[in-house]
Amino acid sequence: MITLARPTRREMLAGSGLILALALPIGREPADAAETSADPIFMPNAFVRIAPDDSVFVVLKHVEFGQGPATGLTTLVAEELDADWGQMRTAMAPANDALYKNLIYGTQLTGGSNSIRNSWIQMRTAGAAARAMLVEAAAQRWGVPAAEIDIERGIVSHGTHRSGFGALAADAARLPLPSSPVLKTPDRFTLIGKHVPRIDSPAKSTGKAVFAMDVTRPGMVHSAILHPPVFGAILQSFDASKALAIPGVLHAAAIPQGVVVYARDTWAAMRGRKAINAQWDLSKAETRSTETLHRVFAEATRTPGAEAGRKGDVDAGLKSAAHSIEAVYHFPFLAHAPMEPLNAVIEIGDGRADVWNGTQYQVGEMKAVAETLGLPFEKVTLHQQIAGGSFGRRSQPLMDFGRELAEVAKQSPDRAPVKHLWTRENDIAGGRYRPLTAHRLRGGVDAAGEIVAWDQVIASQSVFSGTPLEAMKIHEGLDTAIVEGAVENGYRMINHRVGVHVLQSGVLPLWWRSVGNMHTSYAIETFLDRLLELGGHELLAGRLALAADDRMKGALTRVAEISNWGGSIAEGHARGIACRRTFGTTVAQVVELSRGADGQPKVHKVWCAVDCGIAVNPSIVTAQMEGGIGFGLGHALFGEISMTEGGRVEQHNFDGYRSLRIHEMPDVEVSIIESGAAPTGVGEPGVPPIAPAVANAWRKLTGQAITRLPFSRGITA
Amino acid sequence: MTSKPIAFTLNGEAASFEGERDTPLLWALRDHFGLHGTKYGCGMAQCGACTVHIDGTPRRSCITPISSVSDQKVTTIEGVNGKVADTVIAEWIRHEVPQCGFCQSGQVMSAIGLLSTKPDAGDAEIDAAMRGNICRCATYVRIRQAIRDAAKALST
Ligand code: FES
Ligand code: FES
Repeated sequence: MITLARPTRREMLAGSGLILALALPIGREPADAAETSADPIFMPNAFVRIAPDDSVFVVLKHVEFGQGPATGLTTLVAEELDADWGQMRTAMAPANDALYKNLIYGTQLTGGSNSIRNSWIQMRTAGAAARAMLVEAAAQRWGVPAAEIDIERGIVSHGTHRSGFGALAADAARLPLPSSPVLKTPDRFTLIGKHVPRIDSPAKSTGKAVFAMDVTRPGMVHSAILHPPVFGAILQSFDASKALAIPGVLHAAAIPQGVVVYARDTWAAMRGRKAINAQWDLSKAETRSTETLHRVFAEATRTPGAEAGRKGDVDAGLKSAAHSIEAVYHFPFLAHAPMEPLNAVIEIGDGRADVWNGTQYQVGEMKAVAETLGLPFEKVTLHQQIAGGSFGRRSQPLMDFGRELAEVAKQSPDRAPVKHLWTRENDIAGGRYRPLTAHRLRGGVDAAGEIVAWDQVIASQSVFSGTPLEAMKIHEGLDTAIVEGAVENGYRMINHRVGVHVLQSGVLPLWWRSVGNMHTSYAIETFLDRLLELGGHELLAGRLALAADDRMKGALTRVAEISNWGGSIAEGHARGIACRRTFGTTVAQVVELSRGADGQPKVHKVWCAVDCGIAVNPSIVTAQMEGGIGFGLGHALFGEISMTEGGRVEQHNFDGYRSLRIHEMPDVEVSIIESGAAPTGVGEPGVPPIAPAVANAWRKLTGQAITRLPFSRGITA
Repeated sequence: MTSKPIAFTLNGEAASFEGERDTPLLWALRDHFGLHGTKYGCGMAQCGACTVHIDGTPRRSCITPISSVSDQKVTTIEGVNGKVADTVIAEWIRHEVPQCGFCQSGQVMSAIGLLSTKPDAGDAEIDAAMRGNICRCATYVRIRQAIRDAAKALST
């Protein structure tokens, strides 16, 4: 049982100030803002705030960037509180590890698809505690036993007595905290697992949702930055005279991250950025092309590398195999390209700093800002915003963006508040990519068709190399994020080995929606398809026979049912299947495709079965599967960041870095597997199965195994 | 600023802009008129996040110099109204289309533009009208469904 302390007076004030600062909670019309601006008076814990007007604020410790925690976490509180959904409001937590840490990571970070998973008991306990205190307040006021009091949809009642939460809030605030509030059993859930409308749909459908990019401060200036043209290049000198001649440009300054142009508006800042003439020292730069890196990485996989996992004797297995195959896979660098490029507003002065940002790692980002400005952490206030996508981009091991932001603030003319906005070009050509990776797989089947050997060697960069997390995350040359999904690969293997080479390049890598699972899933599910076929197995039955656990079998069975796997399909169409467990959630997908006019896969339909334990919000679970499929498909088809010899990135915007568009989006049918297990996440697990499912269907259609991504490069006429 | 102000209609009201004439409408809206519903996503007519209506037609405000809207009617997500707009937005909310939401002003403006001229748009027309709007969250399944249902509601 999680015990929740009552916040200190200081924390309460911070919390209530925060809510008032957010006069427009997400998902609410401005008309509601006045209605909800009443000061919350009942704050039983760090997560629940009840105002006299019956509004219940849930303080969100996780960033909302589309994956749904604003609705999900609020649902958990509302459920135990027996609140009416219409009275629920949201507010963003400040940066505070003591109150708002992710219980899995131990710091206030959103990632690993675990926002709901780590909060499942915590947020319900927060709601249940508040409920118990409201009930006790009513019991004392009405002179009736607490046990006889009922709450339904925000109304506290006993016989003829009825009250809203607001009218009891002041009394409840004076009561002691309940020692161990009792949580509901799942059969009593009225919101969890039911259709609860997404809390942010109205604001996000009407242009009213406020992102960091939409924040303005009095006297604010705008800045744009020119980053080095090649990774690792160092600024030698720059000439800003052309930039400063542009009307509206105020100032230009060098900071460790590049050259910053300050201006009265964004347009002038962006024009100024283009007009900077900078000289760069390339002596320490990464000048290898991605073609060279692909060769180097693939070459490395010829030796076993650091051992990540081993079962049985792979070499003996390979020797004994009746048939064996080998494949080398190439995965490109990928940019996250969240729809809202990185940006934030920062205001410094009087030994403090205020930051408006939609960050994935509240505490880390504010530490980076504080450190760079030489301020104590407590003097930096985060005004957390919703974020326009992230996919991993809005946190970095070194919190580079927070550091850059603080440097920008230091040079701001007259220390004016500044909105620092990355152009799309900064975003796409600026690094922090899903690392370029190579896999070499060797496998074999015996005369009876059983898989008797599986050897997988992976060469990749580590996200943690050269960061303070290196010592913690890389052991004996092994970074576990690289082999995610490969060691326990979901299938029973007799002779199995996974090896890793952690290689270096000057390109900065970063976790990217589903992290290592993104490439391991592809290599495993496509190679498995080939081995199953080599052994004479049907591709679903073969998987079912090897599946290591019941949830995987369940997902495969369900997706086969809804897709009518094995049934007849249209002429010129083919189907493929893949199943992966990512961060505790199992997803199986079936794809139906044909050859498009451009010679590339045209995906018509995707069936998807997901087992995420209890689906707190089935509509959001479904949406995350749909979105994960589209995101994974787009990158499989076209996603690639490439560098020419000399190290220049070839993609700068959405013209070169192609994104999936609506006419390329297949129909998607999602089936959620009924479960009583505690919930696991859905933000990432929809992504890994789609690319291998498409590749498997393509191989069926054409006989061609695609080992180089994206498909636009891997499929040769 | 020596040149004369650019006069146009913004969300039904007279507006005038005195800054640089080549300022893209997007930045004039966001930085000078304080209308933040219109978003920046690429600045080169690739993503549609900046879509507004100019004389009723969806246009990419990031490549539209403010000088070119002189005497024209500019409508942003903040000012769009009428039966088509209400229907589209209602379907957007009912289908819970937005994830991160950042592309959605542009999506909604493109969809309203489509159904204003073609209230009975079919799937091919939906694809053609919406393919200029990128959604990195890939909410396309629901975008399509919301437009289909809005078309249904509008044509009955
Ligand atoms: S910002 Fe105008 S189309 Fe992308
Ligand atoms: S909802 Fe996130 S980009 Fe469209």
